[in-house]
Amino acid sequence: MKKAIRLRVNGIDNDLLVEPWWSLVYVLREELNLTGTKIGCETGNCGACSVLVDGELVNSCLYPAMKARDKDILTIEKLRGENGELHALQKAFIEHSAVQCGYCTPGVIMAAKALLDENPAPTEEEVREAISGNLCRCTGYAKIVKAIMAVK
Amino acid sequence: MGFDYLEPATIEEAVSLLSKYNGKAKVIAGGTDLMVQVMNKRVKPEYVVDIEHIPGLDYIKYDEKQGLRIGTLTTIEALKKSAELRQRYPIISQAASQFGSRAIRNVATVGGNLCNAAPTANTAQPLIALSARVKIVGPSGERVVPLEDFFISVGSTILERGELLVEIQVPVPPHNTRGVYLKHSVRGIIDLPIVSVAVVSTLEPESGVCRDIRIVLGSVAPTPMRARKAEEIMKGRKVDEASINRSAEVASHEAHPRPSSIRASAQYKKEMIGVLTRRALREVAGK
Repeated sequence: MKKAIRLRVNGIDNDLLVEPWWSLVYVLREELNLTGTKIGCETGNCGACSVLVDGELVNSCLYPAMKARDKDILTIEKLRGENGELHALQKAFIEHSAVQCGYCTPGVIMAAKALLDENPAPTEEEVREAISGNLCRCTGYAKIVKAIMAVK
Repeated sequence: MGFDYLEPATIEEAVSLLSKYNGKAKVIAGGTDLMVQVMNKRVKPEYVVDIEHIPGLDYIKYDEKQGLRIGTLTTIEALKKSAELRQRYPIISQAASQFGSRAIRNVATVGGNLCNAAPTANTAQPLIALSARVKIVGPSGERVVPLEDFFISVGSTILERGELLVEIQVPVPPHNTRGVYLKHSVRGIIDLPIVSVAVVSTLEPESGVCRDIRIVLGSVAPTPMRARKAEEIMKGRKVDEASINRSAEVASHEAHPRPSSIRASAQYKKEMIGVLTRRALREVAGK
């Protein structure tokens, strides 16, 4: 039986009816139409579903929507500024050709944002560690790492 | 799928719900294990009991007398970041640092890792090697049991009807005790290990004799496994290349992985247990 819950996503409160077993990624995509966050493995291995919950990186495919109440959820959609300007990370990914098919990209960018929020000047090793939960089949990661390193 | 989501506010409430719905309920802490199992339909609970909101279960405390106490809801990332652990129990920091990805560590809890009872549970081996005990609360009260007696089989623990693991207790290690946790996996830390080894040993500083040692192997038995024969080789003996090699060889023989598994053949696992045990023994001996 569905439950009435409120989720704060990208600064906006949303009143929703959710089944208790729905994951956060399902609710973001299907109920809130925020399809920037992707579903890849649904087992917490690929990071395509990465979002920030209270500033912390989380695999939303494994995170029950019920758990996300009373927390601040940030998705890739919010990185673009109000005036439409891209986030520094998004610009860097474009400049450094760090996007190919684009499927891993939102997740990697959220992982990078979580890193830079905590550690604004990471070493290359720290960048690689921070994105180690994100799988990319296209780029070989080199340009992704370069793009993140270029953002300070 | 179809489960109801319950959120007890206290330990007592959680115990009561787990008792009431015994056999039909599963505890969720972070959910990184449970949600995968639910989606794969390996478990089909009717009730999921979320203990995240119970206050006072998320802590890392140390004092000279009681030693270390870790609350069940402490995340793996918190274990990894803890300066206290890095200083006093670095083997726990090592295990926490070789655990999945940041996204997993932010949410996964030490209690969940133990209660999920995988033969490879990162936190189980170092804690067993440190002679940890766990405090369990249930309908008939509290009990404290050695962690090495906590696991029965794959996915199965001694938790009875209504019981909840609330705390991990680790004694103060004797002087000159060192520990190391080594994990062997394909894709770095995010993969579950092919095999893993935790060694904690206390050496006599002048003579280099091993006064006490615990060697705990992962992924080579239904539960984390003490390599007791390998330990006996080292106890009371001077730690040198000969004793290290002999002990590692015995550990390799003692390991009894099942004949086939997703990650590696039994042969390979046994071989790698020998390699990791040797490396770990050399490391704790400071070689």
